Amino acid sequence: MQQLSGLGRRKFLQLAGLTGTGFFLGLNTGCKGSPEVAAVSDPGKLFEITPYINIESNGVITIFNTKPEVGQGTFQSVPALIAEELEVSLDHVNIRQTGGESRFGESQGVGGSSSVRGEYFTLRKVGATAREMLTTAAAVQWKVPVEECYAENAFIIHKPSGKKLSYGELADAASKLTPPKEPKLKDPKDFKILGKSGGRPDVPLKSSGKALFGIDVTVPGMMYASIERSPVIGSKLKKFDDAEARKTKGVIDVLLCERLVGIWRHDGVAVIADNYWAALQGRKKLKADWDHQGREKLNSKDYEAGLRKLASKKGITDHNSGSFEQEYNNAHQKLEALYETPLVSHSPIEPMNCVARWNSPEEVEIWTSTQIPGDLVKTVAKENNIPEANVKLHTMFNGGGFGRRLITDYVHDVVALAKKTGKPIKAIWTREDDTKLGPFRPMTYSAMKAGFNAAGEPVALEHKVISPSIDAGLYPGFDPKKVDKTMMEATAEQKYEIPNLHTSFVYSPLEIPLLYWRAVTSTTLAFSHECFLDEMAYTAKKDPMEFRLGLAKKGTSLEKILTKLKEVSAWDEPLPAGHGRGVAQYEFFAGHCGYVVEVSKKDKGIQLEKIFAVIDMGTVVNPDTVKAQVEGAAVMALTAAIKGGITFENGQTVQSNFHDNPLVRINEMPDVSVTILADGGEVIKGAGEPGLPPFAPALCNAVFAATGTRIRRLPFDINNVG
Amino acid sequence: MPSYKLNINDKDYTVDVDETMPVLWVIRDFVGLTGTKFGCGIAQCGACTIHLDGTPTRSCSIPVSAVADRKIRTIEGVSENVDHAVQKAWIELQVPQCGYCQSGQIMSAVALLEKNPKPTDADIDGAMQGNLCRCGTYQRIRKAIHRASELI
Repeated sequence: MQQLSGLGRRKFLQLAGLTGTGFFLGLNTGCKGSPEVAAVSDPGKLFEITPYINIESNGVITIFNTKPEVGQGTFQSVPALIAEELEVSLDHVNIRQTGGESRFGESQGVGGSSSVRGEYFTLRKVGATAREMLTTAAAVQWKVPVEECYAENAFIIHKPSGKKLSYGELADAASKLTPPKEPKLKDPKDFKILGKSGGRPDVPLKSSGKALFGIDVTVPGMMYASIERSPVIGSKLKKFDDAEARKTKGVIDVLLCERLVGIWRHDGVAVIADNYWAALQGRKKLKADWDHQGREKLNSKDYEAGLRKLASKKGITDHNSGSFEQEYNNAHQKLEALYETPLVSHSPIEPMNCVARWNSPEEVEIWTSTQIPGDLVKTVAKENNIPEANVKLHTMFNGGGFGRRLITDYVHDVVALAKKTGKPIKAIWTREDDTKLGPFRPMTYSAMKAGFNAAGEPVALEHKVISPSIDAGLYPGFDPKKVDKTMMEATAEQKYEIPNLHTSFVYSPLEIPLLYWRAVTSTTLAFSHECFLDEMAYTAKKDPMEFRLGLAKKGTSLEKILTKLKEVSAWDEPLPAGHGRGVAQYEFFAGHCGYVVEVSKKDKGIQLEKIFAVIDMGTVVNPDTVKAQVEGAAVMALTAAIKGGITFENGQTVQSNFHDNPLVRINEMPDVSVTILADGGEVIKGAGEPGLPPFAPALCNAVFAATGTRIRRLPFDINNVG
Repeated sequence: MPSYKLNINDKDYTVDVDETMPVLWVIRDFVGLTGTKFGCGIAQCGACTIHLDGTPTRSCSIPVSAVADRKIRTIEGVSENVDHAVQKAWIELQVPQCGYCQSGQIMSAVALLEKNPKPTDADIDGAMQGNLCRCGTYQRIRKAIHRASELI
């Protein structure tokens, strides 16, 4: 992941192995895999494999899932692509998680809602190839034409005679055949799994405490580590006194280590103990002295004031269609607004953790929750100067990802500590570590301008983004003179017909770890774009829904989503006094979703009444999973809209845990009614991210409709609005 | 190091640990039951919820010295075969996403239904407020508790 600076998130996803897979197929006999689904979390038995499909002579079938499960349902939806074409029920196969092994190709990461849309055809082809090889093996054995044979429920059946052979009986012969180059994919009308709401095999494990996450791994002889780092992120360690820490019962050692985060290496002091609680107690007694080197001057208030000041600076043009400047200058009516958003934390409930053990001076074994197994293996190999094949990774269930586990800063120091001590080490971040040290989703500020002609029609729109850069801290060689595409995500891709559109970027350095976050900058840019569209609608004296529909290009998913939202929300039905509705949508490379939110005035604040979501999928693999993703995305979006966000004072993160960096709780969240648009065909859109961006603007537009208060800064206090 | 006798899921365990160690770490690192999760360490997220004499309790914030001679129940003690009504409802409605918080959610839900077999939405919101879910499974949790109430 070098030299990616400035290429934008879409490119990052491609290069980090998050889209498109190579083609591999393996069939073998006699694989001694564990028959339990829980084998994904069984570190001892994970590696006797060939790619994607193993069939044992006793009939046990194992499908390898290349996409780590972070809650988005890939433990079902990805193996389902193979199982459908292989003609096996997911109830009767083992599913195992891959660990970045090269034989599974470059495509083992999860991000950008890419898993299903990236693998839909390639993994179906894997299943179809195996099915055809098994069918051929049976035809050869029976000496009958292959056309007379078909696959069903893990058997090949000879149609005329009714004879059947199990996959287990055929696996040996099939594995010796040459794979067909162009296996025939099933007609979607014959699908038994895809397009249906099948249960996810990890759900029973997760309803009984049996699912194993990274934090649950124990290996013999393991020591525990807790690592102290500077409260001002990235400061150099001047000196430290570990005398008291070492006296703590259970503490074994105190060692220096480094957090590799993007382009930076941050000093840390690790307290190693024979149990985790002891490591935490020892850490509290460390006395470390840090050289902040000016980092202590960072204050959110000053930084934000700087962003506001930069809003008047000319940006670097990202997109320019028509002639914005001329049309805006000549406009009959003009509208301007500045929108502001905060830094936010990822806060997966499973804190960062890792277990590492050196099996020999040349081989390390790692157990952790990660979104990027392939990249983890590569970076650990490089950092330790060992072959990639000598990094044995066990990808565990992720207790939430949301982008946080797209970097491996919580892995490298543990690998180094395990090497130094010669013992297996398990390190767990505290919640305070997680909240204070980042990485964070960056804020974006948006300076919006619109011009209207004499007929009151919008003719010119400008979206200027003022922000720090994720890439600047992730990759060497960031060029501040170029547009950072990630920070502009989809600002020029909304399908409204406004003839003169200009988007531009103003860079404001912020040297703290910043990272992708579920739907990333689409979450903040949708807020500015879609709230400003609302302001434009009111300026044009139009209903916000009709205004958007009037601008929507015909036949686009924008038009379809708005039309469906209007219907399901009964948009035209009058509301009781004090109620208001808001609409918003956002289309970006991961997919396309829209919301209508209804709110009511309550005391000084606002109460959420109803939430309607419409998501366009093209072709859908598991409708229930898609619904779950949108339901959850709305909750995450509500937190980002109304809860605190992350701020800095004197270089230190102000927030530390869930009491001062709160998440939305169950009593604050009404149900979300999700409608899926799925016209079928070859277009497959993502499900994990698209439900996030349009929620906040729909909510804020509803607040305006109910109260007349226009919200231009997130987070806002939902209990004290207008 | 003091020795403590704990009764967890109707089994007795003896552990030699520091008296300040939260029950959470005793259960996870000394007894070896990892279904109970660490999330925040300050009783804010509920991932570590256990039953202490039947009452949902945040195990990250109660020292081992305070629980000797009391009955502890963890997610592993809810059922042998994942067939408690709450678990059945959780599976039927496909509640978990990442699943990390769900042991705690289930422990709170089981305790609620033991006390109040027919909870309203407001009862559920009240009883489940202490359990955070970052994936946002709240509406399914509400539905699943109603469903479990029917299944009991």
